[in-house]
Amino acid sequence: MKFVQGGLAALCLFVSAGSGYAQTAEQFMPVSIYRTGPYAAGGVGIYGAYADYLEMLNQRDGGINGVKLTYQECETAYQPDRMIECYERQKGMGATGAAAFTPSGTGGVYALIDRMTTDKIPSVTVGYGRTDSSDGRVFPYIFPAVANYWSENTATIRWIAEQEGGFEALKGKKIANVVMDFAAGRETEPVLATQAEKYGFEFTTFPIAPPGLDQRAVWLQVRQARPDWVLFRGWGAATAAGLKEAQRAGIPRDKIIGWWWSGSEEDVVPAGDAAKGFITGSFHTVGGNYPVYDDIRAHVYAKGKGHVSEERIGSAYFVRGIVHAVVVTEGMRTAMKKFGNRPLTGDEVRWGLEHLTLSTDRLRELGLEGLMAEIAITCEDHEGGGRAIMQQWDGEKWTTISDWIEPDAEIVRPLIEQSAAAYAAEKGIAPRDCASEG
Amino acid sequence: MSPLSFFFEVLIGGLLSGVMYTLVALGFVLIFKASGVFNFAQGAMVLFAALNFVGFTELGLPWWTALMVTLAAMVVLAMAIERAVLRPLLGQDHMIVFMATIGLSIFIEGLAQLIWGTDVRGLNLGLPEDPIFIGDILVSRADLMTAAVAALLVLGLSLFFTLTRIGRALRAVAEDTQAAQVAGVPLGMIWAVVWSAAGVIALVAGLVWGARLGVQFALTLVALKALPVMLLGGFNSIPGAIVAGLLIGASEKLAEVYIGPYVGGGIENWFPYALAVAVLVFRPTGLFGSTGVARV
Repeated sequence: MKFVQGGLAALCLFVSAGSGYAQTAEQFMPVSIYRTGPYAAGGVGIYGAYADYLEMLNQRDGGINGVKLTYQECETAYQPDRMIECYERQKGMGATGAAAFTPSGTGGVYALIDRMTTDKIPSVTVGYGRTDSSDGRVFPYIFPAVANYWSENTATIRWIAEQEGGFEALKGKKIANVVMDFAAGRETEPVLATQAEKYGFEFTTFPIAPPGLDQRAVWLQVRQARPDWVLFRGWGAATAAGLKEAQRAGIPRDKIIGWWWSGSEEDVVPAGDAAKGFITGSFHTVGGNYPVYDDIRAHVYAKGKGHVSEERIGSAYFVRGIVHAVVVTEGMRTAMKKFGNRPLTGDEVRWGLEHLTLSTDRLRELGLEGLMAEIAITCEDHEGGGRAIMQQWDGEKWTTISDWIEPDAEIVRPLIEQSAAAYAAEKGIAPRDCASEG
Repeated sequence: MSPLSFFFEVLIGGLLSGVMYTLVALGFVLIFKASGVFNFAQGAMVLFAALNFVGFTELGLPWWTALMVTLAAMVVLAMAIERAVLRPLLGQDHMIVFMATIGLSIFIEGLAQLIWGTDVRGLNLGLPEDPIFIGDILVSRADLMTAAVAALLVLGLSLFFTLTRIGRALRAVAEDTQAAQVAGVPLGMIWAVVWSAAGVIALVAGLVWGARLGVQFALTLVALKALPVMLLGGFNSIPGAIVAGLLIGASEKLAEVYIGPYVGGGIENWFPYALAVAVLVFRPTGLFGSTGVARV
């Protein structure tokens, strides 16, 4: 009798444990965020929105295909050493470890490439990161998705050419390239040099010493150079400081084109009137009333589960966080089609990302049609699109002033492959043969 | 534009930038004069003051009322610092007090963001942003007005510390703390006054820099601009801070324009430090700093 009772008890325990597992199929998602430090406004906006999207999937759909998403914030203060610490702390969490990691800064990406490749956990960054890691044959676990800096730069020059009446009209034009004197700021110089040679324009680089709080000397030089257009790669306070100095130097702001890291509301509001007319590239639209926002309001903020102040829904940083989350979660959804509806390993998510296509139809289903361009990530191409739009600040809001602009793949791809090959040679990496992989 | 005109344009622009640096440096100098301590928290006080001002205006307070309430907040902060941080450390080594100000800096930054949040805010002081031209030399009207405000602030501080009893007591404390205490000067009160004055300077600096950069965390970094000014001018000299501010402003702009292109540019951050260190080799107390003489 005791044997029977013991057997029943063991059976009950087994059944309850099994059903417990079935009910709690969970996928762990790290949220690397910076709520403190000089760039906190951006960190809260991007990665708070990232968490909002995950929460929306949980609340609305019960997760992805029945797999609930669990997530945990880790504060980096935008310091690469803390990004590494967060990664190490979170990579093993959950039954299958972290599905992916989103280093909250380009410095963190550079610092984590080797570790994440060894751990087989994909790094997903949208609009930042190491540009040549777009070559997935050399960087299998690094995804600078949607658009990289070189694509953005060629799209910007294409737009300038349209304003001037065609690429032929660029001949003899002068472009000032005002950049923050750090890696991301200077990253477009090789592309710009190639384009200058191809199209016959001149460009001069004017570096700004970070943090760029006082840029007078630079903008006086720009004024003296009398450029036809100014490319301005400022960020945060440096954007406002630069636009103020441009105003004081009498440089028209509608001839200044920023990159997307100077294209948030937080970049231009502090500059006041000096920012009116300022143009930036972007890989997404800002504002609008997309269905995905309604879902986030209804399923997240209405239940008091938001991670950002609700007024920021639709603002530039918030949208970037949504795009970020869509790429990661749709990559997981793609992976589940092959590996089943269960928690995934990082390597499985990597496979999903390399087979991710976000068509217009799919973007419509996600409530994002028009917010971002179509993308198709492959084993060779971890960027997946590279299209940009131009937006202009009218003093109150960003207004989209172009259609989606194609990057100049003829220039960008060879440079990416050349740079990635040099990295592979330096590290002794044998590039993957994508054709032989499924 | 002729090369000579451009030279003067850069020079004048640099001098006006130097005024902005002096504004921040004055707060450091005041506290160092009174207590021999480098106040690492001055940058955080700039952020705290500016965030309070903008926060109160967002709550609907009129401009002047917000200014007065912020001034009061800075005085309260100064008194709290004196009571909670400085008084318990009375008689301790200056390095210990310096370390305490590092902790204080982190605390004030966190407190300011806890109260007012991390959102970036614009600050429009109504300064005329479009330039004026003297001949073909461009000069910023906003910076000219800022220079005028800085001059008024320095004049007011000079009068306060020259003509008032508190000012004389401060100078006595700066000269010899122990002797001043023996003579009945209340050290705690003097420190509270000095930190309050540094808070007022932080408010002015916060408004001026906030109008340029927006009111955001980056305001704490303006302290980096003040450090070479103090190294060059001397840690305990107000005239030194003024002259050094102008020298640093002008030299870094000229260096960026005329030396920068030969070394890849972006030198105006480190050039002032190089200049200050070069001066320290010959004058260890800076251009205007005084050397203490002790009887042994």
